[in-house]
Amino acid sequence: MTPAIFETMRTSAAANPLVPATADLIWSAVVFTILLVFFWFKVLPNFKKNIDARTEAIEGRLALAEKAQAEAAAKTANIEAEQAEARAEAAQIRESARAEGAAILAELKEQASIEAARMTETAKKQIEAERQSAIISLRAEVGSLAIDLASAVVQNNLKEDKSASAIVDGFLADLEENSK
Amino acid sequence: MVQTLSLLNTVLNPVAEAGGGFEAPTIEEFYPEVVLFGGTPFELNRIMLIRLLVTGLLVLIFTLWSNRFRKSTVEGQFVPGRFQMFGEMALNFVRKSIAHEQLGEKDGDRFLPLLTTIFFIVLGMNITGIIPGLNIAGTSVIGLPLILALAAYVTFIYAGIRKHGLAFFKTALFPAGVPPAFYILVTPIEFLSTFILRPVTLALRLMMNMIAGHLLLVLCFSATQYFFFNSEGIFKTFGVGTFTFGFVFTLFEMLVAFLQAYVFTLLTTVYIQLSLADEH
Repeated sequence: MTPAIFETMRTSAAANPLVPATADLIWSAVVFTILLVFFWFKVLPNFKKNIDARTEAIEGRLALAEKAQAEAAAKTANIEAEQAEARAEAAQIRESARAEGAAILAELKEQASIEAARMTETAKKQIEAERQSAIISLRAEVGSLAIDLASAVVQNNLKEDKSASAIVDGFLADLEENSK
Repeated sequence: MVQTLSLLNTVLNPVAEAGGGFEAPTIEEFYPEVVLFGGTPFELNRIMLIRLLVTGLLVLIFTLWSNRFRKSTVEGQFVPGRFQMFGEMALNFVRKSIAHEQLGEKDGDRFLPLLTTIFFIVLGMNITGIIPGLNIAGTSVIGLPLILALAAYVTFIYAGIRKHGLAFFKTALFPAGVPPAFYILVTPIEFLSTFILRPVTLALRLMMNMIAGHLLLVLCFSATQYFFFNSEGIFKTFGVGTFTFGFVFTLFEMLVAFLQAYVFTLLTTVYIQLSLADEH
């Protein structure tokens, strides 16, 4: 169709809205092309890049958080293991200390008993020695006493029997008095 | 529609002669006088200027959004602000609710530039029909709907040929599972519906909706004007009714503007999807 026909159509009262005018088509095409190119090469690439970057960032952050969580869990497990270990160690130390204490106690007891035995032994020996010395001194004294008694008996025996027994009695009384 | 209006015009005219006169809108509404480059193929009238204005506004707002997206990507600041969120919502409406829903992610993204362009051109051009001062949709003249339908047409045929080669025409015109004798009947029908009616209905549905909406609004408001200022007595109260009608239809046109953009984009997507499908 020629522009002339459009011209008559536009001016006629019964213009046909279904027939496009040249200018109408041209400007429509211009508008469409501008916007298609604009959306295709500017808006949508930027939009898509932004959305993709955001998705990536969110996923990255989620992964990071997961990693951190796993690390924290591992750390907690580590700490717990360490604690258990320390607890076991402490128990062991306590146990060994107790055993050591018992050993020390036993040793001390043994030493004490040995000491006691030794002391008893010493005491016994001392007592024995003293007894011996007592016996010896007693023996010597008894000897001289016997001699004293004998000499006294011999002196008086010649006079009377009566006085002899009085001498013995007096001697014994002296002895008793001396020992007191 | 045109006849109804002229009938209404003749009905009202006797009354109008007494007052200032009532002029019912005619199809001439869509052929406003040329304001620039008259006589050349680039002549600009009001509607063409509105188209250029809408194009400029679309470029402006989407440039702002696009820059915001890029800034957000570059700075690694992935918590979108309110403005960016709104842009994402708009773009994701086409991307997710239309393209991905019908075509899946891969093919959806492949045809996204065309679908996004169609959606926002149609929405932007439609909405001027109810913007005070503009008052006519950029899509109410056949050129733009025709160009968009043509783009959809070329794209769905391209999608079919790219996927199936020339077998695309075979499956489109000779659907499987039909006894060969019926092809005499089926093939012309398929040809008509797929290769002729699809683009025609796309363009006409959009344009006619916008023409009808515009005429309805003009009728309501010019009648209101007439009743209020040029009629006598009881007729003045009729203006309240016509004004209310006009108001309601303005809201309705808002819905239609969005709906037509959605329908045009959705049908384009469905046609592409049918071309890509393995079996018809």
